[in-house]
Amino acid sequence: MSVHVENLTRYAPASQRKLLDDITLTFPTGAFVALVGPSGAGKTTLLRAIAGLDQCEEGTLTLNGNSLKTLQDRAGKIGFVFQNYALFPHMTVARNISFGLDVLPRGKRPSPTEIANRVKELLELMQIPALAEAYPARLSGGQRQRVALARALATGPTLLLLDEPFGALDPIVRRTIRTWLRTLHDQLGLTTILVTHDQEEALEVADRIVVMQNGRVVQDASPTDLDEKPQTSFVMEFLGEAVTFKGQVKNGYFVPDEAHVASFPTHISEGRADAMIRPFEIMLQDEGEAAVPLATHGKSNGYRHYSATLAGRAVPVFVPETSGGAHIKTGCAHLNIQNARIFRNGTRAN
Amino acid sequence: MMRRGLWVAAWALIILVLIMPLAVVLAEALKNGFGPALETLKDPDGIAALWLTVEVTTIAVIANTLFGIAAAWLLTKYRFPGRTSLLVLVELPLSISPVVSGLVWLLLFGAQGWWGPALEEAGIHIAFAIPGIILATVFVTLPYVVRTLVPLMEQQGRDTEEAAALAGAGFWQILWRVTLPGARIALVSGILLTTARAMGEFGAVSVVSGHIPGLTETMPLHIESLYNGYQTVAAFTMAALLACMALATVLLRYAPAFLWRSREVPK
Repeated sequence: MSVHVENLTRYAPASQRKLLDDITLTFPTGAFVALVGPSGAGKTTLLRAIAGLDQCEEGTLTLNGNSLKTLQDRAGKIGFVFQNYALFPHMTVARNISFGLDVLPRGKRPSPTEIANRVKELLELMQIPALAEAYPARLSGGQRQRVALARALATGPTLLLLDEPFGALDPIVRRTIRTWLRTLHDQLGLTTILVTHDQEEALEVADRIVVMQNGRVVQDASPTDLDEKPQTSFVMEFLGEAVTFKGQVKNGYFVPDEAHVASFPTHISEGRADAMIRPFEIMLQDEGEAAVPLATHGKSNGYRHYSATLAGRAVPVFVPETSGGAHIKTGCAHLNIQNARIFRNGTRAN
Repeated sequence: MMRRGLWVAAWALIILVLIMPLAVVLAEALKNGFGPALETLKDPDGIAALWLTVEVTTIAVIANTLFGIAAAWLLTKYRFPGRTSLLVLVELPLSISPVVSGLVWLLLFGAQGWWGPALEEAGIHIAFAIPGIILATVFVTLPYVVRTLVPLMEQQGRDTEEAAALAGAGFWQILWRVTLPGARIALVSGILLTTARAMGEFGAVSVVSGHIPGLTETMPLHIESLYNGYQTVAAFTMAALLACMALATVLLRYAPAFLWRSREVPK
């Protein structure tokens, strides 16, 4: 199911503060989109608006081209997984899952056998076939997550909305469920919108990432584009560790304020600017000299972590470990930051 | 040593204040043996009082259960101006003396009351009649269902209901299948408390009833009449019966928890 949101604005109750500020987005059928951003950015608010749980004051929302006004119109067409799962505590797992079928009017309701088969099928899809008769209180976080997902999918929706679905899980279960969810999305041909505050999770699982801040969409791009071409310094920082070098553009060069950081050519107009770079993109120039002392902090994922001491601060630098080279660097003459993105007043300039 | 001391003190207090009065009532009722005690229950006024109590209690419980569910829903699911005042007002019957609650109805519906004469002309009798007794009982027992439901429903939040709505459930389906079952222990508890209180209510009912034996006397009022008429055995037999009914209600309160706990058998 495709979702189209146009100029959507929602105000906080009884105030002029905008929870959603003029949001326009299109989610084509089959897309796996992650809404990311810090707490209070409006991610959950947008998701709830798409589900029809909250009404927005301004703007339009269409699902497959239809504006389904009431919750009843959307019932069964949208699967929603709540942050805390919101399972019905007094029902068994099987009854939880079949709820959406049990409440159908008599004419549309499948027979009890059909419902039982559907539940069985979903339990197997969720890889929890033995839990049909258990009550939610007895399940682990990961199992509850799967039951919530099965319940959301029972009526065969084509749009799946997930609100921080991995928040309460431990890292290992989190990783497994994440990969499995992606497989499920492809297998069932769903359109999935996932809210998360964990950018790594978003980068790993989604085809497209919408970064939100203060109720607005800051950037809407593929994970690769987002990584390579962040539009604002906020996006750059949100997507991973970044180091900022303040400086001046002069005669076609970015000249950092700090000593021992090399200038590099750029084509942007002259004036103040910030160069932002990821620690693994910083290169060391003239190794062996002592102008910039380096201290090592161990390694991970094939990178050795150093901290380079400049005049007023220490800067993280990750250097790829060459095979067999246990050679620890102790200092260099300059830091080379030619791969940095340049921002002016928070927006991308180069 | 300390714990043992507390244990002894707690039991001493319970025996003195809770068990002794019950035992004394039973002993007084049965002091001439079972036969005479049972004989007193055949008195038509006594039987009328028993049925009136059952009738009033049933109506009060139904009315306050419906009101309690509606009020608890409103108070926990929505935020509206005056919500806090409403929460406080609901508790009013708990703090006002029952005599005062009874007098209020007399003031409104009595022969010298505001609306009394007009209703009297229309042939509707409220004061010194059964409707008055029902009104007084409903008023006195109003808070119990609301007060037991509100904290639990507050804690449940809206998530499960929203999940149910998204799955396609309508308002009544959500109420019957999600909200009430989720709060069932509190609901049963509230209903049973209402029942116990409605059966035993004396003060408010006494003011509006007019004490007409066989017509407007509930069990507690009838017990008082009997006692004042020196019919000790009859008074205590009826008292013992009322106490047993209340006791059964209280015990029922614990039965559901037990039943529901045993339903989920660990594998």
